[in-house]
Amino acid sequence: MMVNGARLVPDPSGALWWPGEKTLVVADLHFEKGSSFATRGRNFLPPYDTRATVEALARLVRHYTPKRLIALGDSFHDDGAAGRLHIDDVARLKRVAEQTELVWIAGNHDPVPPDGLGGRVEEEVVIGPLRFRHIPEGREAGEVAGHLHPKATVVVRGHGLTRRCFVTDGVKLVLPAFGAYAGGLDVRDPAFLPLFRRRFTAWMLGDARVFPVPAARLGAAESEATA
Amino acid sequence: MSLLAPKLPESPLPDSPLPEPFAGWFAGRGWHPHAHQVELLAAAEAGHSALLVAPTGGGKTLAGFLPSLVDLTRSPRADKRSLHTLYISPLKALTVDVHRNLEVPVGDMRLPIEIETRTGDTPENRRVRQRVRPPDILLTTPEQIALLTAHRDAPILFGQLRYIIVDEVHALAGGKRGDLLALGLARIAGLAQQPRRIGLSATVADPETLGRWLAPLAPPRLVRGAPGPKPAVRILASKQYIPWAGHTARYAYPEILQAVREAKTALIFVNTRSQAELIFQELWRINDDNLPIALHHGSLEVGQRRKVEAAMARGDLRAVVCTSTLDLGIDWGAVDLVIQIGAPKGVSRLLQRIGRSNHRFDAPSRALLVPSNRFEVLECRAAIAAIAENDLDGDRARPGARDVLAQHILGVACASGFDAAELHAEVASTLPYSDLDRAEFDRIVDLVATGGYALRAYDRYRRIRQGPDGKWRVVHPDVARLYRLNVGTIVEEPMIRVRLGNRVLGEVEEYFIEQLVPGDTFVFAGEVLRFEGLRDMAAFVTRAPGADAKVPAYAGGKFPLSTLLAARVRRQIADAARRKTSRDQVDEWLQIQAWRSVLPEPDQLLVETFPRGNRWYLVAYPFEGRLAHQTLGMLLTRRMERMRFRPTGFVASEYALAVWGLHRAERIDALFAEDMLGDDLEGWLAESSLLKRTFRHCAIIAGLIERRHPGLEKSGRQVTFSSDLIYDVLRKHEPDHVLLKATWADAAHGLLDVRRVADMLVRVQGRIVHRALDRISPLAVPVMLEIGKEPVWGEAQDAMLAEAADVLIEEATRLV
Repeated sequence: MMVNGARLVPDPSGALWWPGEKTLVVADLHFEKGSSFATRGRNFLPPYDTRATVEALARLVRHYTPKRLIALGDSFHDDGAAGRLHIDDVARLKRVAEQTELVWIAGNHDPVPPDGLGGRVEEEVVIGPLRFRHIPEGREAGEVAGHLHPKATVVVRGHGLTRRCFVTDGVKLVLPAFGAYAGGLDVRDPAFLPLFRRRFTAWMLGDARVFPVPAARLGAAESEATA
Repeated sequence: MSLLAPKLPESPLPDSPLPEPFAGWFAGRGWHPHAHQVELLAAAEAGHSALLVAPTGGGKTLAGFLPSLVDLTRSPRADKRSLHTLYISPLKALTVDVHRNLEVPVGDMRLPIEIETRTGDTPENRRVRQRVRPPDILLTTPEQIALLTAHRDAPILFGQLRYIIVDEVHALAGGKRGDLLALGLARIAGLAQQPRRIGLSATVADPETLGRWLAPLAPPRLVRGAPGPKPAVRILASKQYIPWAGHTARYAYPEILQAVREAKTALIFVNTRSQAELIFQELWRINDDNLPIALHHGSLEVGQRRKVEAAMARGDLRAVVCTSTLDLGIDWGAVDLVIQIGAPKGVSRLLQRIGRSNHRFDAPSRALLVPSNRFEVLECRAAIAAIAENDLDGDRARPGARDVLAQHILGVACASGFDAAELHAEVASTLPYSDLDRAEFDRIVDLVATGGYALRAYDRYRRIRQGPDGKWRVVHPDVARLYRLNVGTIVEEPMIRVRLGNRVLGEVEEYFIEQLVPGDTFVFAGEVLRFEGLRDMAAFVTRAPGADAKVPAYAGGKFPLSTLLAARVRRQIADAARRKTSRDQVDEWLQIQAWRSVLPEPDQLLVETFPRGNRWYLVAYPFEGRLAHQTLGMLLTRRMERMRFRPTGFVASEYALAVWGLHRAERIDALFAEDMLGDDLEGWLAESSLLKRTFRHCAIIAGLIERRHPGLEKSGRQVTFSSDLIYDVLRKHEPDHVLLKATWADAAHGLLDVRRVADMLVRVQGRIVHRALDRISPLAVPVMLEIGKEPVWGEAQDAMLAEAADVLIEEATRLV
């Protein structure tokens, strides 16, 4: 995958690997999304989403040994999320922060990411041709963002398959949400329209590979969220 | 259900066994009470509960109400704050119908008895009033029982209850709704002083077990109605060529229309909504006389359905094409013919449908079976033979669902609170939960309180808590409000409204819309529609008359071929092998099979292997229904993978299963060994989308996640997450969680039918007949024709994504 001249590797987990800069990027971790349901409506979702997300993150760090790990915002689902973290998960996160330079980009869910977990907080980060921020604005070339949780549906032989996906037009890129419970927004939603002037490609996450599918090939939007 | 089913008096009228004014009322109409009506009254007056098993008609409902009406006439209620009689039916519409029918005798005799209905449609102010000042007799549904018992006032409301009448018991017991009702009845037993329970049931294979379900503590008197005349059932003797496969019965449409023409009013039953749409369309295409034929199925807009029902009641219609929505209940006296298109699936089910015609005791029901392919001809013959021999499907008992119990426990906590030991004893007194031990009960209490997770993350958000008196109560009124919103065991698939301009035509399953691309056409509400796009949770469509509809692939009915009918179909096949002459095209087909391959004996499993194109095929014929075959197919392909036969796909039908791959399958006995249900099953379950759907249903019923309430989504009250994801995460981090076990138990009986696969594997050990053929056999053709119409599971999805991606590469590399 080429974005504004940078060669990038989309990982089937939803993370982005930039070999040239030894940089790993993940978007929308939404730590403690599960427990946020308990605080508001007393819905008891399995409280293992943070664990699943942190473990996946730790696996990626072991695999790629990145120099730098960028979390593209909305890493924490709400203000109280950091306070609800299980101590084991805190310890796991700190271990990750010891192994790599960890950058928390601020998001709309976590305008002030908590400290004490390692890493540093930034509004946005520019590295070479790429600019990393939470909410995509679609103005500058090289913008890499999250926020939208893109997913796409493709119809093959009469069957619709829906997967999370990367979306890029070769100039800008939106990452899929990495968090275990994060929902998705179909790439044909109007929210994506202003971001990509040229026809875009959805890089859909398979089990072992990521599959590029052109916008023209994508099927009907799935309605938001199956609760 | 008709109350007024007369039996003409035989010779001079003997002394009536009924008290006045009932004796006079019967006599005034020239009626004599049925023996079962008298017997039931005597049993109830002696203080017993009773189960009345009788065919449709025959004054079953009046029999059920007689003890209560007599008692109320003799001694009116002293305490007007308590109900006297509770009537529970599985259908809202049935409560309304029974209400109307009860008004006749009560009005005629001027009995001072108040009768009211209470369903989800009853306005809130009336529901409140009903709690404070209840009628003598309340007609309601299982969900309302749950809500009423969960109320603070329940001890007063049920304090003086004398009778509980459960209608269509056979349709309730054995399912999750039945579990909920059994728990509700146990609750009421604790509040009232020994109310008698009266169950009304269609003829069933095992009335004793049904009786124990109804009244587990004191087995009820079993009262049997006289069997009505045997129904007259025949198979359409078509002059046309009967297809080898397919489910449309297209060959028979002119003959079906002719049958409608010759009947007064016909109900045309089909097994799926898409079949209903298709047949409705096609009948109208050839309906040159413009016979008034209507359509009725569960996804049509309610107003539309009510219109059809009203037109039917007025006698304005000659036929209604319908699905299981009309299986139970309403009395449409004029129906004189039931047409069943496609497989009957089960004997009891078929009898229930047939009973919709000639809803009178003394006239036989008439039915016409229209098989849509050759295997279904065998199934129809098997069903007719079973009806003649009175051989009915028996349901296997299943333990009470744990998710339903969780819901019930929260309900009890909302009412007066509970002592755990007492509630456990009460729950274990019901038949479905008689095996539930205290430790498991406590785990479910914990599930209700905090989600029951080992991580203990939600202890500070608990919903119920033990007070100083040791009783469990809800922590906040909000929890009770949440309970009331989520009560019930019916979880609808996520549905999408279909909008034509400003009109809402009805709803379809979300997964159906997902596979449409704008411009695709499909049949819905009797019209060909073009899908334009999805906006605000609605599918916008335009009319596309004359266009070729992309009719949805046959998704199969909800109910698989019953075990009893499957065994009889196997016998039909074996019998055909012994016949020397052939009577028709179906016999011919089987005899060519006997010559080309073999016709298996009833206790054998035939497995054929043959090459075709550049693949090798394996076709097995277990006759265990599509769901069980799908599960078997998943397990077989995993095992074949390991044995290096390189399987690449499979397809399942009600009768057979075909697997294909790059190499010829050998060692067939080892392939079908019983241990298939161990690790392979575990491994597959990890990926099964069916299991994720089952999990979602269990989580909603248990109250761990909220139902989707239309209208709330917009306001942001409803939050979004994918239940697939929470299933994956829970399975990985806490595989022993009680809800996963509940999901697994559901799957064993429901969508995966694992129990049937297990029974089949045991049955066929040492009895597998393998034929290695040089080409496809006649018996294999039907299932082979299904290839390509099936949904795709698991690993194959990556291959399909790759296919979509290849299109990109092709597009990108194309030079022009």
